[in-house]
Amino acid sequence: MAYDKFNILKTTGVPLPIENVDTDQIIPARFLKATERKGFGDNLFRDWRYNPDNSPKEDFVLNNPTFSGKILVGGKNFGSGSSREHAAWAVYDYGFRCVVSSFFADIFKNNCLNIGVLPVQVSAPFLEKIFEAIYADPKTELVVNLPEQTITLTTTGESESFDINNYKKDNMLNGFDDIDYLLNIKENIREFAEDTPL
Amino acid sequence: MKKTLFDKVWDSHVVHKIENGPDVLFIDRHMVHEVTSPVAFLGLKSRGIPVMYPGRTFATADHNTPTINQHLPVEDPLSANQLKALEENSKAHGISYWGLGHEKNGIVHVVGPEYGITQPGATIVCGDSHTSTHGAFGAIAFGIGTSEVEMVLATQCIMQQKAKSMRINVNGKLSKGVTPKDVALYIISKLTTSGATGYFVEYAGDVFRNMTMEGRMTVCNLSIEMGARGGMIAPDEKTFEYIKGREFTPVGADWDKAMEYWETLKTDEGATFDKEITFDAADIEPMITYGTNPGMGIGISNGIPTAESVEGGVATYKKSLQYMAFHEGDNMIGKPIDFVFLGSCTNGRIEDFRAFASIVKGRKKADNVTAWLVPGSHKVESAIKEEGILDILHDAGFELREPGCSACLAMNDDKVPAGKYAVSTSNRNFEGRQGPGSRTLLASPLVAAAAAVTGKVTDPRGLMQEELV
Repeated sequence: MAYDKFNILKTTGVPLPIENVDTDQIIPARFLKATERKGFGDNLFRDWRYNPDNSPKEDFVLNNPTFSGKILVGGKNFGSGSSREHAAWAVYDYGFRCVVSSFFADIFKNNCLNIGVLPVQVSAPFLEKIFEAIYADPKTELVVNLPEQTITLTTTGESESFDINNYKKDNMLNGFDDIDYLLNIKENIREFAEDTPL
Repeated sequence: MKKTLFDKVWDSHVVHKIENGPDVLFIDRHMVHEVTSPVAFLGLKSRGIPVMYPGRTFATADHNTPTINQHLPVEDPLSANQLKALEENSKAHGISYWGLGHEKNGIVHVVGPEYGITQPGATIVCGDSHTSTHGAFGAIAFGIGTSEVEMVLATQCIMQQKAKSMRINVNGKLSKGVTPKDVALYIISKLTTSGATGYFVEYAGDVFRNMTMEGRMTVCNLSIEMGARGGMIAPDEKTFEYIKGREFTPVGADWDKAMEYWETLKTDEGATFDKEITFDAADIEPMITYGTNPGMGIGISNGIPTAESVEGGVATYKKSLQYMAFHEGDNMIGKPIDFVFLGSCTNGRIEDFRAFASIVKGRKKADNVTAWLVPGSHKVESAIKEEGILDILHDAGFELREPGCSACLAMNDDKVPAGKYAVSTSNRNFEGRQGPGSRTLLASPLVAAAAAVTGKVTDPRGLMQEELV
């Protein structure tokens, strides 16, 4: 599915300094019943965000107007658990374009890359600095520069580079997806399949 | 060059390599279910393209299905709609569909092996992280997201970077009452939930060699819970014996040809792994989890560790115990429980029901316990009846439900109420996993059975009686 191109993102960040945030927290299974990709942002972090009577939990960061922005900053091992792409959809649909953490679960990271959310892995000390900077001043902006593969704290100018393979980087910069690529090599696939019994 | 089992299967499926990018990997078999596929089918529709090889895809309804009254129309309109979408999509694209009420219906990772769809040396994907189950047969099997489901439907390929390799050896002999589930929970407790992220695991050593195929499935199933994309075990005589004669297993000359390939599927002597870890079987006792991720497990006779003694952030650890309403140093044994769930792709097979029955036989379900016993498939359900296990369960005051994922992820009505404790044989104890506010203790079918008859966390070793015939 096509998504918006990603180039340079300059925005404030929303801090969620919890480790092992699993996909059941990002979007609980009972909200996976849709047959279309619509409205998942409403249930992002549903059970951390709302009480059972659907009133907002005031102490949860998404309900705190002090914090906003297009970057979600999470603790170590972000996105562990299920393969539900709905978790990445919920993050995107809510309005985040980038998730920063010191470590990502594998499938969640792939899912993000496939739908146009950039996972940026930073060192644990830099992650701490980001949290500190945001808590000190929620208006602190971060710059995520995909062409240069850097993330910078505008307040101090401190910066780190991050990894992404060239192929995925190119996709994100251009808004391409893997199916476009695969359809172009369909004949190679067909030849391969003929030699591969069911 | 010496190759690992993982290398052999992976390398033989690479259609195309992208420099400093992913490999294009050919997928032999693709399994789909109702929850993660509808948006993928919509994607095909909007691109105006068909499923490239419908014969390589198999669909079953499991995640979002009721486990009672399956003969009646599904009550929840959203669930009914999702099931209808899968049925229509399967039909439109010529995919085998084993829907609700179909004799082959069941949990995707239970029915795949049952019908011989799962084979050694194959690449298998499904939009479900527990696809790693199929690695028990020496297949490369892993969970994917919906964009990737669409990719496989459209092109029978996926784009993935090859993972690093890890070998986990467990040597020696398991003690009484220690099951494959305990072995897996033990490994996860040592590695943490992110300890194998970025790796594909091969399980090796006496313990896995001596394990049944169903036990191997339980272990491989839980690979994702230590962060690994998948886990696999080299096929052997037990594997070949298990798959022979199943519906989708090759026969005659095709079998012989397949066997020639399958017999090469082992790690070469001298091949190296990026990481290798060895455990001693004698160190493992029946396990139980006390926290909100599968890495937070301990031997059942131990106390809950202190925040300072575990890896990771103290605040996250304390938040987890607070959710569970447990305290550092608490003993697990004796903690009262409210629910028992036997089932899921982890422990919903016939051997799991045999194990459960071996404890409850001649005893009675505790009055304070609600028990949900959910077979992984109709085939498992039939075996439960044929082997007389159903009678044992009934005599002990238990009912059997109909197949499905059920309370493992609680998408249907099988939800554990807020604040209640469930001893579950499933795979995740995340906050709210089994229903908003629910508290899950992951354990083996033996520990679940001991809890079911005593109403509290109980060491099953004191309740073990002669095995069922």
